Amino acid sequence: MAPAMKHPGKGGPPKGQKPGNVKATFLRLLSYLGRSKAMLTVVFVFVAFSALAGVIGTSFIKTVTDEVLPSIIESGGKDLTPLVKTLVSLGFIYVFGVVSSYGYSRIMLQVAQKTLNIIRKDLFNHMQDLPIKFFDSHTHGELMSRYTSDADTLRECISQSFVQLSSSLISVVGTFVMMVWLSPVLALFVVIMLCLGFVAIKALGSRSAKYFREQQKCVGAVNGYIEEFIEGQRVVKVFCHEEKANADFSVINDSLRKAATNAHTYASVLMPVMGNISYITYAAVTMIGTLMLMMIPKTSFFAISAGSMLAFLTYTRHFFQPITQISQQFNTIIMALAGAERIFEIIDTPAEADDGYVTLVNARKNSDGTLTECEERTGVWAWKHPHGDGTITYTEWQGDVRFHNVTFSYNGKKDVLKNVSLYAMPGQKIAFVGSTGAGKTTITNLINRFYDVDEGKITYDGINIKKIKKAELRRSMAMVLQDTHLFTGTVRDNIAYGKLDATDEEIENAAKLANAHSFISRLPEGYDTMITGDGANLSQGQRQLLAIARAAVADPPVLILDEATSSIDTRTERLIEKGMDKLMEGRTVFVIAHRLSTVSNSDAIMVLEQGEIIERGTHDDLIEQKGKYYQLYTGQFELD
Amino acid sequence: MIKTLFRQTKGYRLASVLSPLLILIEVYMEVQLPFVMSELVDRGVSGGAGIDFVVREGAKMVLMALIALASGAAAARFAAKAGMGFGANVRASVFEKIQNFSFANIDRFSTPSLITRMTTDINTMQMAYTMIVRIVVRSPLMLCMAFSYAYKLNHTLSRIFIIAAPVLFSLLAVMAILALPRFRTLMKKVDGLNSSVQENLIGIRVIKAFVRAGHEKEKFRISNDELKDASIAAEKLLILSNPFMQMTVYGCIIAIFWFGGNLVVESSMTVYDLAAFITYVNQILMSLMMISMIFAMGVMSKESLNRVIEVMAEVPEISDKDADPSLTVDNGDIEMENVCFKYKKNGKKNVIDNINVHIKSGETIGIIGGTGSAKTTFVQMIPRLYDVTEGVVKVGGKPVSDYMLKNLRDSVAMVLQVNLLFSGTIEENLRWGNPDATQEQIETACKIAQAHDFVMSFPDGYRTNLGQGGVNLSGGQKQRLCIARALLKSPRVLILDDSTSAVDTATDAKIRDGLRKYHPDVTKIIVAQRISSVEHADRIIVLDDGKIDAIGSHNELLGTNKIYTEVYKSQQEGSVA
Repeated sequence: MAPAMKHPGKGGPPKGQKPGNVKATFLRLLSYLGRSKAMLTVVFVFVAFSALAGVIGTSFIKTVTDEVLPSIIESGGKDLTPLVKTLVSLGFIYVFGVVSSYGYSRIMLQVAQKTLNIIRKDLFNHMQDLPIKFFDSHTHGELMSRYTSDADTLRECISQSFVQLSSSLISVVGTFVMMVWLSPVLALFVVIMLCLGFVAIKALGSRSAKYFREQQKCVGAVNGYIEEFIEGQRVVKVFCHEEKANADFSVINDSLRKAATNAHTYASVLMPVMGNISYITYAAVTMIGTLMLMMIPKTSFFAISAGSMLAFLTYTRHFFQPITQISQQFNTIIMALAGAERIFEIIDTPAEADDGYVTLVNARKNSDGTLTECEERTGVWAWKHPHGDGTITYTEWQGDVRFHNVTFSYNGKKDVLKNVSLYAMPGQKIAFVGSTGAGKTTITNLINRFYDVDEGKITYDGINIKKIKKAELRRSMAMVLQDTHLFTGTVRDNIAYGKLDATDEEIENAAKLANAHSFISRLPEGYDTMITGDGANLSQGQRQLLAIARAAVADPPVLILDEATSSIDTRTERLIEKGMDKLMEGRTVFVIAHRLSTVSNSDAIMVLEQGEIIERGTHDDLIEQKGKYYQLYTGQFELD
Repeated sequence: MIKTLFRQTKGYRLASVLSPLLILIEVYMEVQLPFVMSELVDRGVSGGAGIDFVVREGAKMVLMALIALASGAAAARFAAKAGMGFGANVRASVFEKIQNFSFANIDRFSTPSLITRMTTDINTMQMAYTMIVRIVVRSPLMLCMAFSYAYKLNHTLSRIFIIAAPVLFSLLAVMAILALPRFRTLMKKVDGLNSSVQENLIGIRVIKAFVRAGHEKEKFRISNDELKDASIAAEKLLILSNPFMQMTVYGCIIAIFWFGGNLVVESSMTVYDLAAFITYVNQILMSLMMISMIFAMGVMSKESLNRVIEVMAEVPEISDKDADPSLTVDNGDIEMENVCFKYKKNGKKNVIDNINVHIKSGETIGIIGGTGSAKTTFVQMIPRLYDVTEGVVKVGGKPVSDYMLKNLRDSVAMVLQVNLLFSGTIEENLRWGNPDATQEQIETACKIAQAHDFVMSFPDGYRTNLGQGGVNLSGGQKQRLCIARALLKSPRVLILDDSTSAVDTATDAKIRDGLRKYHPDVTKIIVAQRISSVEHADRIIVLDDGKIDAIGSHNELLGTNKIYTEVYKSQQEGSVA
């Protein structure tokens, strides 16, 4: 609620921001707010009413002291009606002001929350459409901070800055007009003092910015150190590295302290400085005003009444407050713009392009072997392939996947796959073996188009996968990954993630197939047991079984198992082997495994080394070849 | 709790006291100004005092404001110093505290929660402390002083404040009390949204693979809307504070005009006093507003405070309390007598159940068992990463608790399952094992761990800079560096906890060969999934459900022990061509 509660690490203006960017970001932010144009207009009107009520209210000091009270005293002090009348009208003005204050706060709250809601929605929805490459090149922490700290500074700015700025501006102008009206001479003096105030703001502001940047750097260093060492705490313990860790930490912690002290000094000195410049002005105006009252004859143009001077004094106090606020608001706005820019940067990242036009449809097989598209599920699926000349062809969906001279690189420099060709006929099981970094996972990344090939092509049932709509392509294959990710929800929800409309029976059958049914039944609430924190309450092996069930329920013709059973001990693996065999039956399967026992019954095994297939064949072929595979395989049993 | 916090102000106590003292001066000056003003104008205009009086008094006022400015600015500086110093102290002591944590303590808090406590929570505390030093003193002070001057100015009129202040305060208090539970709900919704985004980021491959973006968008829409509604519900109350404040200020002004006006008419008060009173309205009610804000902030940062205090109050489960500093580990003899262990004191089932085993110095021991058979727990008792619940673990003939932790752990080197390297060069990481190691020692260790060759293949060799967590190395490379790091300690006992799982079998064999050749006297304990990693050990311990199922050599176990034979067979499947 209070701006002071902010994470100090997020303070300060951003580094090296180009002015053009700031302007563009600002305009864009305005366009979000612009969706509530009508509401904002009402807010502005209310803000003006509220600010002016305060300004006009103060002028009543003059009315009461100069006119009302003297007239009552003159008339003998009996009839207080003029005072009552004046105060009633003042009361009306004030009530009007209070109601307006509430009005703009309430409407602004709605506008701000709605705007933030839309920005968050745009951010998240766009993020869902970004390619995997984006997620691979940004850390989770980096992306999360868009939703937390960046969104937070934005919230503060949107909900406060507009109102504060317009209110302060109206107050300053209104107050100044009143001051000039009361006494041009004194007003001139106040302007001089104001310049002094500006000098202070500027001096403090530029230093504060410098120290905030320094603080920012130190916060980064300290947080990074904390993260690294707390994560590695067990290693620290094992190596008795505690003292060294403490010593190193105290060095960076101390530089943070120094930078933060400076940053906060300059930021918080502004308030007392501006506050007291207004008191200096108050003191000086008292003196000058009194001298004017004493020396300048009442008839002179420069003359001032006692009431005017008293009202003027109160205006003096009110004049500097909004100016301090405006200068503080600028900081908030600059910070928020930096946050907004980071958010927009994600929204502007091009979404995963999808120029595919081939779709997967239900089909009916005609007696002559041709296919006809139909609405209902028939169990037969076909690729619907529209051509440039308006004709449409249907190809039966079988699960034939081929690589034709595929070359690929993640960074454009080092080829991870070099001229790889392979084919997997419907129903075949193809295995990939090789050391870490040989390119095994890359192959699966290419099949479902998480990444696109640089050279060569991949075909699916004879169709270049670039022509197939990505959603349809991915829906037609299921993946079980090494790091199984489960979502918050019940066990049932997690299995049904493979097929959202799966019936309970389908879910149970899938679980049985993956040999997960028995442990699920033993869970306190069976299939309705809640999974939290990425399945922290399950063992790694159990999570992999669930991931297999999730793939099973999706029931696709192509299955990709990337180290899917690596965390299941070999005994359990044997237990689920039957289920796995059944799951793989009649499907094209790509298997990546560390354990050779998992892959030995494949139709073809590819041995990958540095992006190239160096050996291929069945288990028996490869053993006979006595090459790399033979070495790996025999190594497991005869080491010396 | 107060005592713990007070200790953290060390080194910044002077600043913590000076800041409020300077604020006292600032407030004293500011409060006097309207009073002096009224007298000055009154005596100058109606009292017939001379010009020099006005100039003198006016100069006095300017001087007072200047003093207020100087003390206010200095107070801000001291407050920043005190607050940031306090924050740094808290951060350092929590960090030190965590360094003293045993594995059990770390388990209890979990790593991410410790990180949040050390970053976000401490920052909140630091801001709160700075605020306390400045505003908590300032506002009540301002309130009292402004009131006493107002009273001095006019007893009767000051009664307005006696009525107005409690009215405003109770309005704000009621608002705060009503808003608080709504803010708690709001915090929960914020957490909910964040964790759902986090989950989404972690599982993005699954989401994309199953084409579930639409489903995820819908899930997000719900939590996003809930967050919006919760925000509005909470802030709807909070925004009342401004109109409440205005209402009271305006009410006071009208009351001052009315009652003050009457007094002026009766000639028992001057119009200048009346104007001074209006200045006091602002000073008094603004202070009240600040007090209520601080109150709300205090409540909100209390959660952070509790979470940090919790860490500070945690008692490290393992300490050097009963240790003899002169004792060193002389040999790698390990003995376990009736050892039982459970992670939670009130847990029902022992994770390690009554284990008795004697490992002779220099022996190579393999440990095998299914997932959850407590292999890791078993070996973690030896360097005293956890304390046994019952029984005794002896190393070198003496109970582990007799040694200083440093002496024990320097002699019992352990390579953990989760391998972590720190940012810095490869060499710096290796030196964790021995800060004074020579280049030759480093290279020897790396050669045994089969890391030398790949290290040399990097352009900068041992000077290669690793990113955080050693990100630019493969899993197998990391494991090998971790083994070398442990070897550099020249330990008496070396424990490899599934430390070669990402290393291919041939390299794995070479590492074991090197260990046998170069460190024959070191007791080697190898925890593994692969039979091939342990089959050449002197003895193999088969663990099942926290109990020793069998101990023996490969040949003794094969065929006689059911578990061992099954594991062996499952790994041999398909090997017979």
